[in-house]
Amino acid sequence: MRTPLYDEHRALGARMVDFAGWEMPVQYEGILSEHARTRTACTVFDTCHMGEFELSGPTAEADLERLLTMRVGTLAVGQCRYGYLLRDDGGVLDDLTCYRFGPDRFWLIVNAGTRASDFEWIRAHVSPGTRLQDRSDELGKLDVQGPRSWWVLGEALGRPVPPLTYFRLAETEWEGHTLVISRTGYTGEWGYEVYGPAEIALALWRRLVAAGATPAGLGARDTLRLEMGYPLYGHELSVERTPVAAARGAFVDIGKEFIGGAAVRRDLERGCARYLAGLRLEGRRAARGGAVALWDGRAVGEVTSGAYAPSLGVAVALAYLDAELAREGVRLELEVGRARLTATVVSLPFWTAGTARASQPPGAIA
Amino acid sequence: MNIPRELRYTNTHEWVRVKGGVATVGITDYAQQQLSEITYVELPDLNDQVNVSDEVAFVESVKAASDVYAPVSGTIIEVNTAVADEPERINRDPYGEGWLFKIRMSDPKEIASLLDADRYEEQLPPDEEE
Repeated sequence: MRTPLYDEHRALGARMVDFAGWEMPVQYEGILSEHARTRTACTVFDTCHMGEFELSGPTAEADLERLLTMRVGTLAVGQCRYGYLLRDDGGVLDDLTCYRFGPDRFWLIVNAGTRASDFEWIRAHVSPGTRLQDRSDELGKLDVQGPRSWWVLGEALGRPVPPLTYFRLAETEWEGHTLVISRTGYTGEWGYEVYGPAEIALALWRRLVAAGATPAGLGARDTLRLEMGYPLYGHELSVERTPVAAARGAFVDIGKEFIGGAAVRRDLERGCARYLAGLRLEGRRAARGGAVALWDGRAVGEVTSGAYAPSLGVAVALAYLDAELAREGVRLELEVGRARLTATVVSLPFWTAGTARASQPPGAIA
Repeated sequence: MNIPRELRYTNTHEWVRVKGGVATVGITDYAQQQLSEITYVELPDLNDQVNVSDEVAFVESVKAASDVYAPVSGTIIEVNTAVADEPERINRDPYGEGWLFKIRMSDPKEIASLLDADRYEEQLPPDEEE
């Protein structure tokens, strides 16, 4: 499958890869420079492959409350919240963000690879009074990320970006079309996810690039999210584990009833065999997904994602580790080919200077 | 794609420059392009005895990694520590400042089994992207 920007990526000289069945750019000029531009300036990512579902009607809120792990009822209009979609046994079907547009109207932003299965699951679990639409094909999505995002997006739109705190959204007009802008992202920096009709995605992309956004691909998207310790579905999250193993109890409200809630409560009470932990390696050599963690000569875990972290100058990894070892300061070894790399469990995020939650656009004069 | 005429090559994308019984070895322009930005290099130890096709070095980029094989047999007499400190030298100048190690050859006849520039170019996969 191809996004509306496919030809543009080719024209820009991007190296293309398959991602969940989509032909996507992994890099343009280079992962390291795109990563650095996101940390210091502004980049734009084509995220049109992601899915957007709309749920509306008088029963939509109650349905979402039962389908999702986070509290939906307390979401204000214009607010978004991150959480999980679970099976009955607590296995993670997807991680997603829920947007509230009105008392009875919501969006779910879901992963490209799980879009079809998520939709089937949700369709099977909503009330007859809830209208469910898969709007993924008609909507385009661009992520504008980095400390310069507020200026760059404002320049592209020809008007200042509405003032939004973290995880808030607004609608705005651009050349006769309605755009949805949320102050969210997957990089740890100040930024926006911008939604609009798929047919204007190319024009908006070009306007953003002209305004100073550097095109960035999935390669930088992955190193940026890894430095923040953000999970990637299929790596850190899967139907094999409840979200308790990935995030202890975060993004879950056990004060409500939801599908998979019994398994989540069980894991919170009894504990999981393994928990996700951040590992900082001593050098630049990376331990990739699948590398075995060793402690005192025995296998105590497995890496789910790992790479050289450009902002830190050393390699980092996310790994599931035996519960008693998934705590800060534990030193262990990672088996990488014939080598054993020393790693230390550290707190997340790895990158602590991110601007995502800043109270005003970075660099603004107070 | 830069494939200097005066060098010899392997089908695993090492290049070899022979001078006075010493082979200088690096990875080709094709290899560095495929790997993209190199972030880590592991070099052999001085005085290591190596045989043809031994894995003697390791090169890693953000998204990929590759072993580097000895194109000829002999003794490692010099390694380029500058690339360990600054791996991007390999991307910038794979046949120059990005060289990896030097082997004092134990059997100079092995050179005859390496590829010349034409044969190396012929066995590269057809251009998909660029």
